[in-house]
Amino acid sequence: MLYQAWIIPILPLLGAAANAFLGARLGKRFVSLVACGTVGLASLGSAWVFADLTRLPAGERLVMLPMYQWIGTGDFQVNFALQIDPLSAVMLLVVSGVSFLIHVYSTGYMAEDRGYARYFTYLNLFVFSMLLLVTANNFLVLYVGWELVGLCSYLLIGFWYERKAAADAGKKAFIVNRVGDLGFALGVMLIFVTFGSLDYQDVFAGAPQMLAVGSVTATTITLLLFVGATGKSAQIPLYVWLPDAMEGPTPVSALIHAATMVTAGVYMVARTHALFELAPFSLSVVATIGAVTAFYAATIALVQTDIKRMLAYSTISQLGYMFLAVGVGAYAAGIFHLTTHAFFKALLFLGAGSVMHTLGGETNMLKMGGLRLKLPVTYWTFVVGALAISGFPGLSCFFSKDAILWQAFASPRGGMVLWAIGLATAALTAFYALRAVFLTFHGESRLTVEAEGHIHEPPSNMALPLALLAALAALGGYLGVPGILGGSDAFGSFLAPVFRGEAWMALETQAPANELGLMGLSVLAAFLGMGLAWYFYLARPEAPGVLARRFGGLYALLVNKYYVDEIYGGLVVQPLVALAHFLGERFEVTVIDGVVNGVGRTVAASGAWLRRLQTGFVRNYALSIFLGAVIVLGYFLFR
Amino acid sequence: MVPVSYYLILSGILFTIGTVGILVRRNALIIFMSIEVMLNAVNLTFLAAGRYLNSLDGQVIVFLVLTVAAAEVAVGLALIVAIFRSRGTTDVDEVNLLKW
Repeated sequence: MLYQAWIIPILPLLGAAANAFLGARLGKRFVSLVACGTVGLASLGSAWVFADLTRLPAGERLVMLPMYQWIGTGDFQVNFALQIDPLSAVMLLVVSGVSFLIHVYSTGYMAEDRGYARYFTYLNLFVFSMLLLVTANNFLVLYVGWELVGLCSYLLIGFWYERKAAADAGKKAFIVNRVGDLGFALGVMLIFVTFGSLDYQDVFAGAPQMLAVGSVTATTITLLLFVGATGKSAQIPLYVWLPDAMEGPTPVSALIHAATMVTAGVYMVARTHALFELAPFSLSVVATIGAVTAFYAATIALVQTDIKRMLAYSTISQLGYMFLAVGVGAYAAGIFHLTTHAFFKALLFLGAGSVMHTLGGETNMLKMGGLRLKLPVTYWTFVVGALAISGFPGLSCFFSKDAILWQAFASPRGGMVLWAIGLATAALTAFYALRAVFLTFHGESRLTVEAEGHIHEPPSNMALPLALLAALAALGGYLGVPGILGGSDAFGSFLAPVFRGEAWMALETQAPANELGLMGLSVLAAFLGMGLAWYFYLARPEAPGVLARRFGGLYALLVNKYYVDEIYGGLVVQPLVALAHFLGERFEVTVIDGVVNGVGRTVAASGAWLRRLQTGFVRNYALSIFLGAVIVLGYFLFR
Repeated sequence: MVPVSYYLILSGILFTIGTVGILVRRNALIIFMSIEVMLNAVNLTFLAAGRYLNSLDGQVIVFLVLTVAAAEVAVGLALIVAIFRSRGTTDVDEVNLLKW
């Protein structure tokens, strides 16, 4: 199957084509069958590829799949080529597996929607784009996937385009991503100019010889690539599109946050680590932005009352963790957290979706409460997800977050500060995750009587993915149990051939006592956050209000998301809109229209004057012919 | 032997008569006849020049011109008949719709 791995991305593409052209005619059963079937087959194929890959010796786990020559003009040679290596294989499994569960869930969630076929067309296209992105063998194919996920996110966020908020959110996502993509495109161009090739193998093998460590070129390339990553993976300063992306259907949010799209930036940085290793400054930028974003987004998540927005800021925060990891050279830990995050964040979103589904689209947590007994399946799966994201010992995020914190502390590129920010974020994470659980499922019911009557457990096609994801979120961490806890970090050592980073290797020799101590601290932080959430939202429900009044300024700052949207609006959006208005209403009307109308008027005026020649008297014409002949003759005679 | 210049002068006079006829007369038939006079003036020049240069080319061209003229007469007369039928006149100044 290794050499047929190109089938995996093709399958969802075929599904998208079938649903686009036939879906509306052949009905919902056909659409769901095609959409889920193709992605299901893709995930089976990924599992097969993964199994085949593990059978190869560790050093030879790299399979190239050249498809055809794509562009060949002079020095610019690009093949359409895919590759399978441990990193691609892991990403394939995560993306296709989580996407499959989300597809199945969607068949229940979107069952009543008019745009059923359109929805699954976009969804399949999204999966295709992401699979293409993670299997690319050169930067141009990567770029194609990169842009396609941007397009699909636009289409899906604005899926309910009749609603202005959704259409605006789609546009915002697309435009903010374009800003990042510009940086990414420039980075790719600079790579071509520097290395004369876009193939991963050529670039990564040539990089150490052609670029000195810390050279300007290496730093520029990697910073440009990272600009792209901040756009796609929603980091400061380009994270603003992700919270608004909540306007799309909830399974789409799950897909964007868990399997596709936002993980692309982390994957890309991990994939190009050979370049980042040559630019220590860029790596420290990545780590710093990651840590700051993690903390910053977590503080906003503390006070959100909209469950989906809370989860969106949580995603930004968790992505910050991943960038912190790759920034300190702990690539495997970053990808590990990406994997566990895919499980528990998909679970949390789908859980939130099933709450919304039964409450008729309500997302305000202050209007929920007491759903624990009425929605036991949703409740228990959501609790698993919330505990996992909090870093509850034994659940998936405990292992991955600990790996990141430990490496942030111990790596030569890390340090106390990065680690401390990460630790504080861990406490905040536990607080907001449990807060969501308590507000939504515990306490007194704050539902309207009408909503109360409609409550029902999700149908089996929505409950089953929830249960599977809960199992993954709970147990996913055991893929990478660290040595200190008696495991062998199977995940890390599987990825090790891809990441030859020295930082990662150096950790093996560190004193183990430290690691246990730090682990204890982060567990302590998690329990502190959970305890506070319990105190504020179960034991003393009036306390949050008191606190909010006490620190009114800070509270307002957080509720208004640090006014970043307003600042961007004032600094970037308003001037551009004003410029567009000027061009549209002044420049266009006076200059452009003036030129066009002027040409027309000149022609009309000269025509009005010249048409007097057309007398209608044949003899006038004959005379002019005669005179013309005489003049021509005279010219030749007397010249 | 009549010198060639006589023929050329006669030809010039015929051509001028034809041209003036076209410019001053209004009857389409007269204009048409004036065109024929101009054509034949040219034919005469060709014949005179051919005789003068001892070449048959002039006569060949005259045959060509006669043939074309015959065809042209057929088309032209048909047009004049059609105009007369539709407008009841052959005065070209009355046929002046195609103008500004």
